[in-house]
Amino acid sequence: MPAVQLNRVSVAYGLTGGGRYEAVQPVDVRVADGEFVAVLGPTGCGKSTLLNIAAGLMPPSSGESLIFGQRLQGLNTQAGYLFQQDALMPWKTARDNVAIGLEVRGTGRREALAQAEGFLAKVGLASFGDRYPHQLSGGQKKRVALAQVLVREPKILLMDEPFGPLDAQTRLIMSELLLDLWQADRKAVMFVTHDLDEAIALSDRVLVMSAGPRSSIIGDFPIPLARPRDIAEVRSEPEFHRLHAAIWNTLRDEVRKTYGLSTPAKEARA
Amino acid sequence: MSRAKLLFLQVMVAVTVLVFWHIFSTVPLGTGSDGKPFYLLPQFFFSTPLKVIERVFLMFWEGTVYKHLMITLTEAVLAFVIGATAGVLIGFWFARKPLVAAVFDPYVKMMNALPRVVLAPIFALWFGLGIWSKVWLGVTLVFFIVFFNVYQGVREVSPVVLSNARMLGMNERQLLRHVYWPAALSWVFSSLHTSVGFAVVGAVVGEYLGSSAGLGYLIHQAEGVFDVTGVFAGMVILMIFVMVIDFCVTLIEKPLLVWRPSETRTVQ
Repeated sequence: MPAVQLNRVSVAYGLTGGGRYEAVQPVDVRVADGEFVAVLGPTGCGKSTLLNIAAGLMPPSSGESLIFGQRLQGLNTQAGYLFQQDALMPWKTARDNVAIGLEVRGTGRREALAQAEGFLAKVGLASFGDRYPHQLSGGQKKRVALAQVLVREPKILLMDEPFGPLDAQTRLIMSELLLDLWQADRKAVMFVTHDLDEAIALSDRVLVMSAGPRSSIIGDFPIPLARPRDIAEVRSEPEFHRLHAAIWNTLRDEVRKTYGLSTPAKEARA
Repeated sequence: MSRAKLLFLQVMVAVTVLVFWHIFSTVPLGTGSDGKPFYLLPQFFFSTPLKVIERVFLMFWEGTVYKHLMITLTEAVLAFVIGATAGVLIGFWFARKPLVAAVFDPYVKMMNALPRVVLAPIFALWFGLGIWSKVWLGVTLVFFIVFFNVYQGVREVSPVVLSNARMLGMNERQLLRHVYWPAALSWVFSSLHTSVGFAVVGAVVGEYLGSSAGLGYLIHQAEGVFDVTGVFAGMVILMIFVMVIDFCVTLIEKPLLVWRPSETRTVQ
Protein backbone atom coordinates (compact mmCIF):
# COMPACT_ATOMS: atom_id res chain seq x y z
CA MET A 1 0.00 0.00 0.00
CA PRO A 2 1.53 3.36 -1.00
CA ALA A 3 2.23 5.85 1.78
CA VAL A 4 0.98 8.72 -0.34
CA GLN A 5 -1.32 8.35 -3.29
CA LEU A 6 -2.73 11.35 -5.12
CA ASN A 7 -5.49 10.23 -7.50
CA ARG A 8 -6.37 12.55 -10.39
CA VAL A 9 -5.65 15.57 -8.21
CA SER A 10 -6.10 18.97 -9.80
CA VAL A 11 -5.83 22.50 -8.45
CA ALA A 12 -7.55 25.64 -9.67
CA TYR A 13 -7.73 29.05 -8.04
CA GLY A 14 -10.56 31.53 -8.35
CA LEU A 15 -9.21 34.83 -9.61
CA THR A 16 -10.34 38.14 -8.19
CA GLY A 17 -12.67 39.62 -10.76
CA GLY A 18 -13.88 36.21 -11.93
CA GLY A 19 -12.27 33.45 -13.91
CA ARG A 20 -10.21 30.44 -12.88
CA TYR A 21 -6.52 29.86 -12.85
CA GLU A 22 -5.85 26.21 -13.61
CA ALA A 23 -2.65 25.61 -11.68
CA VAL A 24 -2.32 21.84 -11.83
CA GLN A 25 -4.04 19.46 -14.25
CA PRO A 26 -5.25 16.13 -12.87
CA VAL A 27 -2.12 14.22 -11.86
CA ASP A 28 -1.35 10.91 -10.17
CA VAL A 29 1.45 10.61 -7.65
CA ARG A 30 2.39 7.50 -5.71
CA VAL A 31 5.01 7.34 -3.03
CA ALA A 32 5.60 3.83 -1.72
CA ASP A 33 6.35 3.24 1.94
CA GLY A 34 10.08 3.77 2.44
CA GLU A 35 10.50 5.40 -0.93
CA PHE A 36 12.29 8.71 -1.47
CA VAL A 37 10.57 10.59 -4.28
CA ALA A 38 11.74 13.95 -5.56
CA VAL A 39 9.31 16.25 -7.33
CA LEU A 40 11.27 18.42 -9.72
CA GLY A 41 10.02 21.35 -11.75
CA PRO A 42 10.56 24.95 -12.76
CA THR A 43 9.48 27.73 -10.39
CA GLY A 44 5.75 28.22 -10.17
CA CYS A 45 4.82 24.82 -11.57
CA GLY A 46 2.70 23.86 -8.58
CA LYS A 47 5.01 21.30 -7.03
CA SER A 48 4.66 22.88 -3.58
CA THR A 49 0.91 22.87 -4.12
CA LEU A 50 0.95 19.09 -4.54
CA LEU A 51 2.91 18.82 -1.32
CA ASN A 52 0.39 20.97 0.54
CA ILE A 53 -2.37 18.71 -0.72
CA ALA A 54 -0.53 15.64 0.53
CA ALA A 55 -0.11 17.44 3.88
CA GLY A 56 -3.79 18.30 4.04
CA LEU A 57 -2.94 22.00 4.34
CA MET A 58 -5.13 22.66 1.29
CA PRO A 59 -7.86 20.66 -0.40
CA PRO A 60 -7.55 19.71 -4.09
CA SER A 61 -10.10 21.11 -6.54
CA SER A 62 -10.81 17.60 -7.70
CA GLY A 63 -9.45 14.13 -7.05
CA GLU A 64 -8.46 12.64 -3.73
CA SER A 65 -5.43 11.87 -1.64
CA LEU A 66 -5.00 8.54 0.10
CA ILE A 67 -2.58 8.18 2.97
CA PHE A 68 -1.77 4.51 3.56
CA GLY A 69 -5.02 3.77 1.77
CA GLN A 70 -7.12 6.08 3.96
CA ARG A 71 -8.81 9.01 2.30
CA LEU A 72 -7.25 12.19 3.67
CA GLN A 73 -9.58 14.59 5.42
CA GLY A 74 -8.17 17.60 7.20
CA LEU A 75 -4.52 17.56 8.16
CA ASN A 76 -2.30 14.61 7.41
CA THR A 77 -1.43 13.55 10.94
CA GLN A 78 1.01 10.87 9.79
CA ALA A 79 3.24 13.34 7.98
CA GLY A 80 5.98 15.68 9.09
CA TYR A 81 6.41 18.80 6.98
CA LEU A 82 9.71 20.62 6.51
CA PHE A 83 9.06 24.12 5.22
CA GLN A 84 11.21 26.17 2.91
CA GLN A 85 10.91 29.30 5.03
CA ASP A 86 11.67 29.74 8.70
CA ALA A 87 8.89 27.98 10.54
CA LEU A 88 10.33 27.77 14.04
CA MET A 89 8.52 29.61 16.79
CA PRO A 90 10.87 32.53 17.46
CA TRP A 91 9.75 32.83 21.09
CA LYS A 92 10.79 29.29 21.96
CA THR A 93 14.32 27.97 22.40
CA ALA A 94 15.58 25.31 20.00
CA ARG A 95 14.87 22.63 22.63
CA ASP A 96 11.33 23.88 23.27
CA ASN A 97 10.69 24.12 19.56
CA VAL A 98 11.54 20.44 19.18
CA ALA A 99 9.80 19.34 22.37
CA ILE A 100 6.52 21.10 21.62
CA GLY A 101 5.59 18.56 18.93
CA LEU A 102 5.63 15.87 21.61
CA GLU A 103 4.05 17.98 24.34
CA VAL A 104 0.99 18.79 22.27
CA ARG A 105 0.19 15.12 22.01
CA GLY A 106 0.42 14.57 25.72
CA THR A 107 4.03 13.57 26.35
CA GLY A 108 5.19 14.86 29.74
CA ARG A 109 7.40 17.91 29.61
CA ARG A 110 10.42 16.23 31.16
CA GLU A 111 10.22 13.30 28.77
CA ALA A 112 9.61 15.61 25.78
CA LEU A 113 12.64 17.73 26.64
CA ALA A 114 14.83 14.64 27.00
CA GLN A 115 13.76 13.35 23.60
CA ALA A 116 14.20 16.80 22.07
CA GLU A 117 17.74 16.88 23.42
CA GLY A 118 18.38 13.50 21.79
CA PHE A 119 17.14 14.64 18.41
CA LEU A 120 19.09 17.89 18.60
CA ALA A 121 22.17 15.73 19.14
CA LYS A 122 21.24 13.64 16.09
CA VAL A 123 21.24 16.73 13.89
CA GLY A 124 24.51 17.91 15.41
CA LEU A 125 23.18 20.63 17.71
CA ALA A 126 23.72 18.95 21.07
CA SER A 127 24.83 22.11 22.87
CA PHE A 128 22.46 24.53 21.15
CA GLY A 129 19.24 23.69 22.99
CA ASP A 130 19.10 26.98 24.88
CA ARG A 131 19.48 29.16 21.82
CA TYR A 132 16.61 31.10 20.34
CA PRO A 133 16.11 30.81 16.56
CA HIS A 134 17.54 34.28 15.92
CA GLN A 135 20.77 33.17 17.57
CA LEU A 136 21.20 30.33 15.07
CA SER A 137 22.51 30.41 11.51
CA GLY A 138 20.32 29.47 8.55
CA GLY A 139 21.74 25.94 8.46
CA GLN A 140 21.34 25.48 12.20
CA LYS A 141 17.72 26.63 12.03
CA LYS A 142 17.10 24.02 9.33
CA ARG A 143 18.62 21.38 11.59
CA VAL A 144 16.32 22.38 14.43
CA ALA A 145 13.37 22.27 12.01
CA LEU A 146 14.46 18.81 10.91
CA ALA A 147 14.69 17.64 14.54
CA GLN A 148 11.29 19.24 15.20
CA VAL A 149 9.75 17.14 12.43
CA LEU A 150 11.63 13.90 13.15
CA VAL A 151 11.04 13.86 16.90
CA ARG A 152 7.38 13.08 16.23
CA GLU A 153 8.50 10.05 14.22
CA PRO A 154 6.16 10.64 11.30
CA LYS A 155 5.68 7.82 8.79
CA ILE A 156 5.87 10.29 5.90
CA LEU A 157 8.20 13.22 5.37
CA LEU A 158 7.05 16.08 3.18
CA MET A 159 9.76 18.56 2.25
CA ASP A 160 9.25 21.81 0.39
CA GLU A 161 12.64 22.87 -1.01
CA PRO A 162 13.89 22.68 2.55
CA PHE A 163 17.48 23.55 1.71
CA GLY A 164 16.61 26.17 -0.91
CA PRO A 165 17.56 29.25 1.12
CA LEU A 166 20.92 27.79 2.25
CA ASP A 167 24.30 28.35 0.69
CA ALA A 168 25.84 25.61 -1.51
CA GLN A 169 28.15 24.09 1.13
CA THR A 170 25.51 24.03 3.83
CA ARG A 171 23.09 22.41 1.38
CA LEU A 172 25.55 19.62 0.77
CA ILE A 173 26.04 19.03 4.49
CA MET A 174 22.29 19.12 5.10
CA SER A 175 21.64 16.67 2.25
CA GLU A 176 24.19 14.28 3.76
CA LEU A 177 22.56 14.60 7.16
CA LEU A 178 19.13 14.00 5.69
CA LEU A 179 20.29 10.88 3.84
CA ASP A 180 22.01 9.51 6.94
CA LEU A 181 18.89 9.99 9.05
CA TRP A 182 16.65 8.59 6.34
CA GLN A 183 18.90 5.58 5.83
CA ALA A 184 18.43 4.65 9.50
CA ASP A 185 14.64 4.24 9.34
CA ARG A 186 13.36 4.59 5.82
CA LYS A 187 10.30 6.77 5.82
CA ALA A 188 8.33 7.66 2.74
CA VAL A 189 9.65 11.01 1.51
CA MET A 190 8.16 13.47 -0.92
CA PHE A 191 10.87 16.02 -1.60
CA VAL A 192 10.09 19.09 -3.69
CA THR A 193 13.02 20.83 -5.32
CA HIS A 194 14.09 22.75 -8.39
CA ASP A 195 17.65 21.48 -8.07
CA LEU A 196 18.29 18.61 -10.46
CA ASP A 197 21.57 17.45 -8.84
CA GLU A 198 19.94 17.37 -5.41
CA ALA A 199 16.96 15.45 -6.74
CA ILE A 200 19.08 12.71 -8.35
CA ALA A 201 21.56 12.44 -5.49
CA LEU A 202 18.87 11.99 -2.83
CA SER A 203 15.99 10.09 -4.33
CA ASP A 204 14.80 6.71 -5.59
CA ARG A 205 12.57 8.30 -8.17
CA VAL A 206 12.34 11.75 -9.77
CA LEU A 207 9.03 13.14 -10.98
CA VAL A 208 9.35 16.03 -13.43
CA MET A 209 6.55 18.58 -13.59
CA SER A 210 5.83 20.82 -16.56
CA ALA A 211 5.68 24.60 -16.31
CA GLY A 212 2.42 26.17 -15.15
CA PRO A 213 -0.37 26.92 -15.75
CA ARG A 214 -2.07 23.54 -16.21
CA SER A 215 1.10 21.80 -15.17
CA SER A 216 1.26 18.04 -15.07
CA ILE A 217 3.81 15.31 -14.49
CA ILE A 218 5.78 14.79 -17.68
CA GLY A 219 8.51 12.46 -16.53
CA ASP A 220 9.00 9.64 -14.02
CA PHE A 221 12.64 8.59 -13.72
CA PRO A 222 13.78 5.76 -11.44
CA ILE A 223 17.21 6.46 -9.95
CA PRO A 224 19.00 3.11 -9.71
CA LEU A 225 22.06 4.44 -7.87
CA ALA A 226 23.26 2.18 -5.06
CA ARG A 227 22.49 2.97 -1.43
CA PRO A 228 23.79 4.05 0.98
CA ARG A 229 25.05 6.93 -1.11
CA ASP A 230 27.79 9.41 -0.57
CA ILE A 231 26.34 12.71 -1.78
CA ALA A 232 29.66 14.11 -2.90
CA GLU A 233 30.87 10.95 -4.63
CA VAL A 234 27.65 9.94 -6.31
CA ARG A 235 27.88 13.02 -8.49
CA SER A 236 30.98 11.73 -10.23
CA GLU A 237 29.46 8.38 -11.23
CA PRO A 238 28.75 7.89 -14.96
CA GLU A 239 25.23 6.72 -14.15
CA PHE A 240 24.59 10.05 -12.42
CA HIS A 241 25.59 11.90 -15.57
CA ARG A 242 23.44 9.71 -17.78
CA LEU A 243 20.42 10.36 -15.54
CA HIS A 244 21.25 14.04 -15.33
CA ALA A 245 21.29 14.33 -19.14
CA ALA A 246 18.06 12.37 -19.54
CA ILE A 247 16.10 14.36 -16.95
CA TRP A 248 17.52 17.70 -18.02
CA ASN A 249 16.38 16.92 -21.55
CA THR A 250 12.81 16.75 -20.25
CA LEU A 251 13.14 19.63 -17.84
CA ARG A 252 14.95 22.12 -20.08
CA ASP A 253 12.01 22.98 -22.32
CA GLU A 254 9.81 23.54 -19.28
CA VAL A 255 12.29 25.86 -17.66
CA ARG A 256 12.59 27.84 -20.89
CA LYS A 257 8.80 28.10 -21.06
CA THR A 258 8.58 29.74 -17.65
CA TYR A 259 10.83 32.49 -18.93
CA GLY A 260 8.85 32.92 -22.14
CA LEU A 261 11.59 31.50 -24.33
CA SER A 262 10.81 29.26 -27.29
CA THR A 263 12.57 25.92 -27.48
CA PRO A 264 15.47 25.50 -29.90
CA ALA A 265 13.77 22.45 -31.43
CA LYS A 266 10.70 24.47 -32.41
CA GLU A 267 12.84 27.25 -33.83
CA ALA A 268 14.60 24.72 -36.03
CA ARG A 269 11.29 23.46 -37.34
CA ALA A 270 9.95 26.90 -38.13
CA MET B 1 32.10 56.98 21.01
CA SER B 2 32.87 55.94 24.56
CA ARG B 3 30.17 55.91 27.19
CA ALA B 4 31.91 58.52 29.31
CA LYS B 5 32.30 60.94 26.43
CA LEU B 6 28.67 60.50 25.41
CA LEU B 7 27.51 61.07 28.97
CA PHE B 8 29.68 64.17 29.21
CA LEU B 9 28.17 65.64 26.04
CA GLN B 10 24.66 64.78 27.20
CA VAL B 11 25.26 66.55 30.53
CA MET B 12 26.75 69.51 28.69
CA VAL B 13 23.47 70.06 26.83
CA ALA B 14 21.59 70.37 30.13
CA VAL B 15 24.26 72.59 31.67
CA THR B 16 24.23 74.92 28.66
CA VAL B 17 20.47 75.33 28.77
CA LEU B 18 20.48 75.93 32.52
CA VAL B 19 23.33 78.43 32.32
CA PHE B 20 21.59 80.44 29.60
CA TRP B 21 18.35 80.30 31.55
CA HIS B 22 20.14 81.50 34.67
CA ILE B 23 21.99 84.34 32.92
CA PHE B 24 19.04 85.69 30.97
CA SER B 25 16.75 85.59 33.99
CA THR B 26 19.16 87.28 36.46
CA VAL B 27 21.41 89.58 34.40
CA PRO B 28 19.66 92.60 32.89
CA LEU B 29 20.47 93.25 29.22
CA GLY B 30 19.97 96.99 29.57
CA THR B 31 17.36 99.47 30.58
CA GLY B 32 13.90 99.48 29.09
CA SER B 33 12.08 102.62 27.89
CA ASP B 34 10.37 102.85 31.31
CA GLY B 35 13.73 103.05 33.09
CA LYS B 36 13.49 99.57 34.64
CA PRO B 37 16.16 96.93 33.94
CA PHE B 38 15.30 94.74 30.94
CA TYR B 39 15.53 90.93 31.25
CA LEU B 40 15.23 88.57 28.26
CA LEU B 41 13.57 85.99 30.56
CA PRO B 42 11.77 87.95 33.30
CA GLN B 43 11.62 86.00 36.54
CA PHE B 44 7.90 86.55 36.88
CA PHE B 45 7.34 84.39 33.80
CA PHE B 46 10.39 82.14 33.79
CA SER B 47 11.65 81.95 37.40
CA THR B 48 15.31 80.85 37.63
CA PRO B 49 16.88 77.40 37.57
CA LEU B 50 18.26 77.77 41.09
CA LYS B 51 14.86 78.68 42.52
CA VAL B 52 13.27 75.74 40.71
CA ILE B 53 15.89 73.29 41.98
CA GLU B 54 15.56 74.71 45.48
CA ARG B 55 11.78 74.27 45.33
CA VAL B 56 12.07 70.69 44.12
CA PHE B 57 14.42 69.83 46.99
CA LEU B 58 12.13 71.59 49.44
CA MET B 59 9.10 69.63 48.22
CA PHE B 60 10.92 66.35 48.76
CA TRP B 61 12.54 67.55 52.00
CA GLU B 62 9.29 68.66 53.56
CA GLY B 63 7.58 65.58 52.17
CA THR B 64 4.61 67.46 50.68
CA VAL B 65 5.12 65.85 47.29
CA TYR B 66 4.95 62.17 48.24
CA LYS B 67 1.21 62.10 48.70
CA HIS B 68 0.72 63.60 45.24
CA LEU B 69 3.24 61.21 43.69
CA MET B 70 1.45 58.25 45.21
CA ILE B 71 -1.91 59.44 43.90
CA THR B 72 -0.60 59.93 40.36
CA LEU B 73 1.23 56.60 40.49
CA THR B 74 -1.89 54.79 41.66
CA GLU B 75 -3.97 56.35 38.90
CA ALA B 76 -1.38 55.53 36.23
CA VAL B 77 -0.94 51.92 37.37
CA LEU B 78 -4.69 51.31 37.55
CA ALA B 79 -5.18 52.92 34.14
CA PHE B 80 -2.44 50.77 32.66
CA VAL B 81 -3.63 47.49 34.19
CA ILE B 82 -7.28 48.01 33.24
CA GLY B 83 -6.53 49.44 29.81
CA ALA B 84 -3.96 46.79 28.92
CA THR B 85 -6.13 43.90 30.11
CA ALA B 86 -9.12 45.16 28.14
CA GLY B 87 -6.90 45.84 25.12
CA VAL B 88 -5.43 42.33 25.14
CA LEU B 89 -8.79 40.58 25.58
CA ILE B 90 -10.71 42.61 23.02
CA GLY B 91 -7.77 42.70 20.61
CA PHE B 92 -7.63 38.90 20.75
CA TRP B 93 -11.36 38.57 20.33
CA PHE B 94 -11.47 40.87 17.30
CA ALA B 95 -8.48 39.22 15.65
CA ARG B 96 -9.97 35.74 16.00
CA LYS B 97 -13.50 36.78 14.98
CA PRO B 98 -13.30 38.78 11.74
CA LEU B 99 -17.07 39.38 11.74
CA VAL B 100 -16.94 41.09 15.14
CA ALA B 101 -13.98 43.15 13.98
CA ALA B 102 -15.78 44.18 10.79
CA VAL B 103 -18.93 45.22 12.65
CA PHE B 104 -17.15 47.28 15.27
CA ASP B 105 -14.46 48.67 12.99
CA PRO B 106 -16.08 52.11 12.31
CA TYR B 107 -16.86 52.59 16.00
CA VAL B 108 -13.35 51.72 17.08
CA LYS B 109 -12.02 54.21 14.56
CA MET B 110 -14.47 56.88 15.75
CA MET B 111 -13.57 56.40 19.39
CA ASN B 112 -9.87 56.45 18.58
CA ALA B 113 -10.23 59.58 16.46
CA LEU B 114 -11.70 61.48 19.41
CA PRO B 115 -9.06 63.51 21.29
CA ARG B 116 -9.34 61.91 24.71
CA VAL B 117 -8.84 65.19 26.59
CA VAL B 118 -12.42 66.19 25.81
CA LEU B 119 -13.59 63.19 27.81
CA ALA B 120 -12.01 64.54 30.99
CA PRO B 121 -14.88 66.88 31.97
CA ILE B 122 -17.55 64.25 31.35
CA PHE B 123 -15.53 61.65 33.28
CA ALA B 124 -15.21 64.11 36.16
CA LEU B 125 -18.99 64.38 36.08
CA TRP B 126 -19.53 60.62 35.96
CA PHE B 127 -16.79 59.39 38.27
CA GLY B 128 -16.28 62.38 40.54
CA LEU B 129 -13.14 64.36 41.32
CA GLY B 130 -11.40 61.41 42.97
CA ILE B 131 -8.93 59.08 41.26
CA TRP B 132 -11.42 57.14 39.13
CA SER B 133 -12.14 59.89 36.62
CA LYS B 134 -8.36 60.02 35.97
CA VAL B 135 -8.05 56.24 35.83
CA TRP B 136 -10.74 55.98 33.17
CA LEU B 137 -9.22 58.78 31.16
CA GLY B 138 -5.93 56.87 31.21
CA VAL B 139 -7.76 53.66 30.30
CA THR B 140 -9.20 55.21 27.14
CA LEU B 141 -5.65 56.12 26.10
CA VAL B 142 -3.92 52.86 27.03
CA PHE B 143 -6.67 50.62 25.72
CA PHE B 144 -6.37 51.69 22.09
CA ILE B 145 -2.60 51.35 21.93
CA VAL B 146 -2.64 47.85 23.40
CA PHE B 147 -5.75 46.89 21.46
CA PHE B 148 -4.32 47.84 18.07
CA ASN B 149 -1.00 46.16 18.83
CA VAL B 150 -2.59 42.89 19.93
CA TYR B 151 -5.01 42.92 17.01
CA GLN B 152 -2.15 43.46 14.59
CA GLY B 153 0.08 40.96 16.38
CA VAL B 154 -2.45 38.14 16.28
CA ARG B 155 -3.38 38.77 12.65
CA GLU B 156 0.17 39.03 11.46
CA VAL B 157 1.44 35.78 12.89
CA SER B 158 3.56 34.29 10.12
CA PRO B 159 1.40 31.89 8.10
CA VAL B 160 4.38 29.53 7.82
CA VAL B 161 4.83 29.36 11.58
CA LEU B 162 1.10 28.76 11.86
CA SER B 163 1.07 25.98 9.25
CA ASN B 164 4.08 24.41 10.90
CA ALA B 165 2.40 24.52 14.31
CA ARG B 166 -0.67 22.84 12.79
CA MET B 167 1.47 20.14 11.16
CA LEU B 168 3.09 19.58 14.57
CA GLY B 169 -0.35 18.57 15.78
CA MET B 170 -1.56 21.65 17.64
CA ASN B 171 -5.28 22.08 18.12
CA GLU B 172 -6.96 25.50 18.34
CA ARG B 173 -6.39 25.82 22.07
CA GLN B 174 -2.73 24.91 21.75
CA LEU B 175 -2.28 27.32 18.83
CA LEU B 176 -3.73 30.05 21.02
CA ARG B 177 -1.34 29.27 23.83
CA HIS B 178 1.86 28.54 21.89
CA VAL B 179 1.52 30.75 18.81
CA TYR B 180 -1.08 33.53 19.01
CA TRP B 181 -0.54 34.45 22.64
CA PRO B 182 3.27 34.86 22.49
CA ALA B 183 2.98 36.70 19.18
CA ALA B 184 0.45 39.13 20.62
CA LEU B 185 2.39 39.58 23.86
CA SER B 186 5.53 40.53 21.98
CA TRP B 187 3.59 43.37 20.39
CA VAL B 188 2.22 44.45 23.75
CA PHE B 189 5.71 44.56 25.19
CA SER B 190 7.09 46.46 22.25
CA SER B 191 4.44 49.13 22.87
CA LEU B 192 4.90 49.05 26.64
CA HIS B 193 6.84 52.31 26.84
CA THR B 194 4.19 54.15 24.85
CA SER B 195 1.24 52.71 26.74
CA VAL B 196 2.78 53.29 30.18
CA GLY B 197 3.57 56.84 29.10
CA PHE B 198 -0.03 57.36 28.08
CA ALA B 199 -1.27 56.02 31.41
CA VAL B 200 0.70 58.80 33.10
CA VAL B 201 -0.57 61.37 30.58
CA GLY B 202 -4.16 60.35 31.32
CA ALA B 203 -3.62 60.67 35.05
CA VAL B 204 -1.89 64.05 34.92
CA VAL B 205 -4.26 65.62 32.39
CA GLY B 206 -7.22 64.41 34.43
CA GLU B 207 -5.75 65.90 37.57
CA TYR B 208 -4.99 69.14 35.81
CA LEU B 209 -8.60 69.54 34.72
CA GLY B 210 -10.15 68.91 38.10
CA SER B 211 -8.90 67.19 41.24
CA SER B 212 -7.70 67.71 44.76
CA ALA B 213 -4.41 65.80 44.63
CA GLY B 214 -1.70 64.54 42.27
CA LEU B 215 1.12 66.03 40.22
CA GLY B 216 -1.28 67.58 37.71
CA TYR B 217 -3.11 69.21 40.60
CA LEU B 218 0.16 70.61 41.99
CA ILE B 219 1.04 72.19 38.66
CA HIS B 220 -2.46 73.56 38.20
CA GLN B 221 -2.48 75.07 41.71
CA ALA B 222 0.87 76.76 41.19
CA GLU B 223 -0.28 78.15 37.86
CA GLY B 224 -3.46 79.50 39.45
CA VAL B 225 -1.46 81.78 41.76
CA PHE B 226 1.16 82.73 39.13
CA ASP B 227 3.77 80.68 41.02
CA VAL B 228 5.98 79.97 38.00
CA THR B 229 8.66 78.40 40.18
CA GLY B 230 6.03 75.94 41.42
CA VAL B 231 4.93 75.13 37.87
CA PHE B 232 8.49 74.40 36.79
CA ALA B 233 9.17 72.41 39.96
CA GLY B 234 6.07 70.32 39.26
CA MET B 235 7.24 69.74 35.70
CA VAL B 236 10.70 68.64 36.85
CA ILE B 237 9.20 66.19 39.33
CA LEU B 238 6.86 64.88 36.64
CA MET B 239 9.84 64.33 34.32
CA ILE B 240 11.78 62.44 36.98
CA PHE B 241 8.67 60.41 37.78
CA VAL B 242 8.14 59.39 34.14
CA MET B 243 11.81 58.54 33.66
CA VAL B 244 11.83 56.30 36.73
CA ILE B 245 8.72 54.50 35.49
CA ASP B 246 10.25 54.14 32.03
CA PHE B 247 13.39 52.67 33.57
CA CYS B 248 11.28 50.13 35.49
CA VAL B 249 9.50 49.18 32.24
CA THR B 250 12.87 48.57 30.59
CA LEU B 251 13.89 46.33 33.48
CA ILE B 252 10.67 44.34 33.16
CA GLU B 253 10.70 43.92 29.39
CA LYS B 254 14.31 42.81 28.99
CA PRO B 255 13.94 39.24 30.26
CA LEU B 256 10.57 38.95 28.50
CA LEU B 257 11.95 39.75 25.07
CA VAL B 258 15.18 37.72 25.07
CA TRP B 259 14.03 35.90 21.97
CA ARG B 260 13.90 39.13 19.98
CA PRO B 261 16.67 39.54 17.38
CA SER B 262 17.33 43.13 18.47
CA GLU B 263 18.71 41.82 21.74
CA THR B 264 21.73 40.25 20.05
CA ARG B 265 24.99 41.87 21.02
CA THR B 266 28.54 40.88 20.36
CA VAL B 267 30.62 40.45 23.46
CA GLN B 268 34.34 40.91 23.78
